[in-house]
Amino acid sequence: MTRVGVVVFPGSNCDRDTLHAVALVGAEPVALWHEGASLEGVAAVILPGGFAYGDYLRAGVIARFSPVMRAVADFAAEGGLVLGICNGFQVLAEAGLVPGALLRNRDIRFLGRDVHVAAERLDTPFTRALDRRRALRLPIAHGEGCYFADAATLDALEGDGQVLFRYVGPDGATAEEGDRVENPNGSLRAIAGVMNAAGNVAGLMPHPERASEAILGSDDGLAIIRSFVDAAVERRAVSAPAVVGAR
Amino acid sequence: MSSSFRFAVNVLPKPGILDPQGRAVESSLGHLGIAGVSAVRVGRRIELSVEAADEAAARSIVDRLATELLSNPLIEASSVELLMATSSTSSTKSTAGGEAGQ
Repeated sequence: MTRVGVVVFPGSNCDRDTLHAVALVGAEPVALWHEGASLEGVAAVILPGGFAYGDYLRAGVIARFSPVMRAVADFAAEGGLVLGICNGFQVLAEAGLVPGALLRNRDIRFLGRDVHVAAERLDTPFTRALDRRRALRLPIAHGEGCYFADAATLDALEGDGQVLFRYVGPDGATAEEGDRVENPNGSLRAIAGVMNAAGNVAGLMPHPERASEAILGSDDGLAIIRSFVDAAVERRAVSAPAVVGAR
Repeated sequence: MSSSFRFAVNVLPKPGILDPQGRAVESSLGHLGIAGVSAVRVGRRIELSVEAADEAAARSIVDRLATELLSNPLIEASSVELLMATSSTSSTKSTAGGEAGQ
């Protein structure tokens, strides 16, 4: 069974939900403690939501310098699959593993509610299990989720296909930057998630793991987790054929 | 021989970056009955001490800290200010004057 790691920082609070969601789609979930310098041979890594190290100084910045993040950076540089959810996205942005930064929400308040997002591409390790571009109902829970990059960077991200998710209306139409309902935090160009240039590291603010079973009110997020795990299984099979059948 | 240097690092949102805290402070001024105050920006200030051979060595450490940890250069500007230098060979303390800021 493919093992997928979920990093646990002091202050992570979505690690158990994320481990559960990983198990739902058939992978073996592995909790990775922040002080560990090894990823224990997992096939892919998720940085979960929460308030790592209390979000002191800036959300994600202290976590960025933890021992496990050196291992995650090395793993990412070798093409390993990494997904950051909410606080995990903030950690990836602070570490420079995905472009841009997450600013305090436009209206300052912490926001905890459902929003709609749509995948801009369906051919990525993070979205491949989605059947079509449509509005996904996912919860957000953040105080610093306003996506920012300078105009030249934003243009480059759009041109290179690195914009992964945008906030949309229920009909799937991209939200206006100033729309306080559909674009909850004021993110530039309504960006809710981005990828690195190589396409193996991504972050998004909404929580797919909190919308991964119908009993939670929505299971729209499960396809994102499933995409990630399926891609990890495939990569493991391609990159290490000798291991196939060994377990 | 090393000396101790006390620095302050001031961090502010870059010009043009959305600063909702600054905006909230500004919007409260009317409630205080104060007029004529504008362009409020809210940042943070970090003070720290560094042991180093001389001021230049100490400053280079603080400059690195300011850009790699204490601020995010994508969205924030930082400035380093020497507050005080203490030599280990004497008990005299010199306080940096008004020229310390940059």
